Amino acid sequence: MNIMVQLSLSRKLAILSDAAKYDASCASSGTEKRSAKGTQGIGSTAPGSGICHSYAPDGRCISLLKILLTNFCIYDCVYCVNRSSSNVARARFSAEDVVGLTLDFYKRNYIEGLFLSSGIIRSPDHTMEEMVRVARSLRLEHGFAGYIHLKIIPNADPALVEEAGRHADRLSTNIEMPTDQGLSRFAPEKRPEEIRTAMAGVARRWQAGRADPRAKARPERFAPGGQSTQMIVGADPSSDATILTRSASLYAGYGLKRVYYSAFSPIPDASANLPAVRPPLMREHRLYQADWLLRFYGFEVEEIVAGGSDGLLDLSIDPKLAWALTARHLFPVDVNRADREMLLRVPGLGARAVDRIVATRRHHRLRLEDVRRLCASLAKVRPFIEAADWSPGALTDSGTLAEKLKPAPQQLSLF
Amino acid sequence: MHAVTLTAPNDLDQWREPARRLLAARVPPDAVDWRMIGREGGLFDALAPEGGGAAGTAPVRVPRRFLELAETAICHSDPGRFGLLYRIAFRLQADRTLLEVASDADVRALDGLIKAVRRDSHKMKAFVRFRALDETGAQFAAWYEPDHYVLERTAPFFAERFAGMGWAILTPYRSVFWDGTALGFGPGARRSDVPETDAMEDVWRTYFRSIFNPARLKVKAMTAEMPRKFWRNLPEADLVPELIRQAQSREAEMIARKGTEPPRRHARMVARKAEGEPSVPAGEDFATLEDARAAAQACQRCPLFENATRTVFGEGSADAPIMVIGEQPGDSEDLAGRPFVGPAGRVLDAAMEEAGFERAKAYVTNAVKHFKFVPRGKRRLHQKPDGGEIAACRFWLEKEMALVRPRVVLALGASAAQALLGRTVTISKVRGKPLALPDGTPLMVAVHPSYILRLPDPAAAEAARAGLVADLAAAWSMAMDHGERAQPLDTGRRAP
Repeated sequence: MNIMVQLSLSRKLAILSDAAKYDASCASSGTEKRSAKGTQGIGSTAPGSGICHSYAPDGRCISLLKILLTNFCIYDCVYCVNRSSSNVARARFSAEDVVGLTLDFYKRNYIEGLFLSSGIIRSPDHTMEEMVRVARSLRLEHGFAGYIHLKIIPNADPALVEEAGRHADRLSTNIEMPTDQGLSRFAPEKRPEEIRTAMAGVARRWQAGRADPRAKARPERFAPGGQSTQMIVGADPSSDATILTRSASLYAGYGLKRVYYSAFSPIPDASANLPAVRPPLMREHRLYQADWLLRFYGFEVEEIVAGGSDGLLDLSIDPKLAWALTARHLFPVDVNRADREMLLRVPGLGARAVDRIVATRRHHRLRLEDVRRLCASLAKVRPFIEAADWSPGALTDSGTLAEKLKPAPQQLSLF
Repeated sequence: MHAVTLTAPNDLDQWREPARRLLAARVPPDAVDWRMIGREGGLFDALAPEGGGAAGTAPVRVPRRFLELAETAICHSDPGRFGLLYRIAFRLQADRTLLEVASDADVRALDGLIKAVRRDSHKMKAFVRFRALDETGAQFAAWYEPDHYVLERTAPFFAERFAGMGWAILTPYRSVFWDGTALGFGPGARRSDVPETDAMEDVWRTYFRSIFNPARLKVKAMTAEMPRKFWRNLPEADLVPELIRQAQSREAEMIARKGTEPPRRHARMVARKAEGEPSVPAGEDFATLEDARAAAQACQRCPLFENATRTVFGEGSADAPIMVIGEQPGDSEDLAGRPFVGPAGRVLDAAMEEAGFERAKAYVTNAVKHFKFVPRGKRRLHQKPDGGEIAACRFWLEKEMALVRPRVVLALGASAAQALLGRTVTISKVRGKPLALPDGTPLMVAVHPSYILRLPDPAAAEAARAGLVADLAAAWSMAMDHGERAQPLDTGRRAP
């Protein structure tokens, strides 16, 4: 006799979305352009950025219906709210429940699509098969053209991964911990090499699935939005250097679209083996900034880490500024002459501002006032640049520069 | 002063006609007064735009890009938008590159309007909430209040996305309908024209409540993206104050709560797992290659395991007459989990074929079984393994040698030779010559196929390749010359 049958859909949703909220990703971006135009179905995706249909008071975007198929799990990962030794309420959706909820929410324009994950029930194959069944039904039976993100269970049959990739926009496997040692300690049933092998499998298949312009036949569609992963920050003693080194290696190896950093957060019925503290949100924020520097600004991990101390990023200032303060011999940079790569390294100048500087200086020499109009805030930029009418003089090398540029401590406001 | 009266708030064609006439007469921007009438739902749509009154014959030209930008900017609700567009069009007559000067005040103002319109359109895609018109769930309607005149430009998005259902979006200034085939526009409407609620809204609110993590309260980050002005049309928004109020106590409760006893289900699961656990062979003695391979997966004898995907063990049968040993798996081998399947593997396969060397009958492995690399952006650059890594991995190479007991060993490249001989050798000096391992097993050394790939000079590469083919052929014939294995495997005696 199954007690779960008696749970209402709403109750199941409450349990299984609560169980899914520790996965940071909610992105609906980066996939192919697709729409239900000319069909009886619904759904569309944009190749660029996704749409956030709401925001929770934690500041996180709500783009997808992010739920677990079930939070029953045979694994006992210490950090996880769904570990088998936890006393949280358990529930299980049927594939039809998930399909119905996705369509009902989508038709009302609440969501961009579905992000489906699951506790491990019985076996990796069985779990993966259940998730694939949902995606298959949405795509083939309901003509659903919205976004689908599926979790890949390590060790699942490659044929199931293949079918997952046929229906899904994005796939992900969480690396969970910054080190293998951390993983063995906190997730004894998970094998780091099996997680990496799952990512490698997706990476290989994804490479093969990209259309070769010379090929006659188009390869079969496979997860056009690529894959992502997530690392938990602050549950183990790993430094930011360790975390970023692992990220760099994951980006290089598996063509990841994103590494998500998830500040370890208190969970209901937490294990006694874990730090019972507030989540390190500022550290998480700095790691995202550092991740951006790695991917879009041409920085190496060593340079980023040099801006902090003992392998930890400076929490009081952003990592680019922290690096610049240790590399002052490279500044000031002349905004009228410097190449793009160097402009990208100026604190306070983002990729967009750099593009506008490069475009504008073709027409006239930039003065400080021009730069003010092109970037978000001049205060951070000014000590590091020269313009037609501006030289920072001794400011660049001033011993008190770091203090000047630190944001004033702020009272946290509640509303 | 030239007065121009427009009747539609966001119709570029309507602005363009008088603007062209005024520009032809070179009427300066501050001599034109742009006005709008008929804001109430197209009441005056029938009226033609009028005014201007100027006549001139000067040629009027603007870049195509300006019209594209103007099409967006004119949807802004700022009453000054018509004048700004005219001023920029006027200045463009003398300065064709004006739009590229991003720091110009007018260009920035235009950019500001465009950004606001795009954002408003984007937010409309996000925050429209449909309500079902009846039980069948085939017809939907939404009430929406945009800041700017973005309904027309945003409607196609909804038509593509919600192709298979009927829907209407009503705004104070205009309405749009989709019947499954075409968009139709109508006058503005009222909130009371759409149903007051929808049965799914409570389910959606349940989701909103549950997906929020009270330990991560960041109200400003939420309101930056979902400003309060949107809240009145979002069914989930009235939950926000309560969720914020309770957040701190919910978090404190989670932190303070002591761990509880695991449920009985967990204990049963642990017991079941302990029974059925497929054991990874322990210890350092392996009866079969499969046992060694399984144990090697968890190898942490050197630090390479952490960044490589996995151990790439050797491949081939336990009674292979010849063993081929490379340096280490490369990027492709690391991803595939098999030796010699990447670019170097293809060179090797081709050379083997030419030499009459049957790879399927050989045991193929590497001296080091994890990929060593440095990450560079989206690529992993191969690094040569050092002496310590080669020495650490000798453990596995020795297991493979002991379990396969090849008649001949072929080492490809310096790392493999070093692993076998315990010292560094110069490949050019030892290649092609019959050597022997300490236990007497014949050893041949050849170049690593990736060496051939790295040679820039085609002639040198071809010479190296020919050498590899010759060495493969020689090693193969040595292995074959010994004929059938002299002794059965299980006697434990190595073939001479």
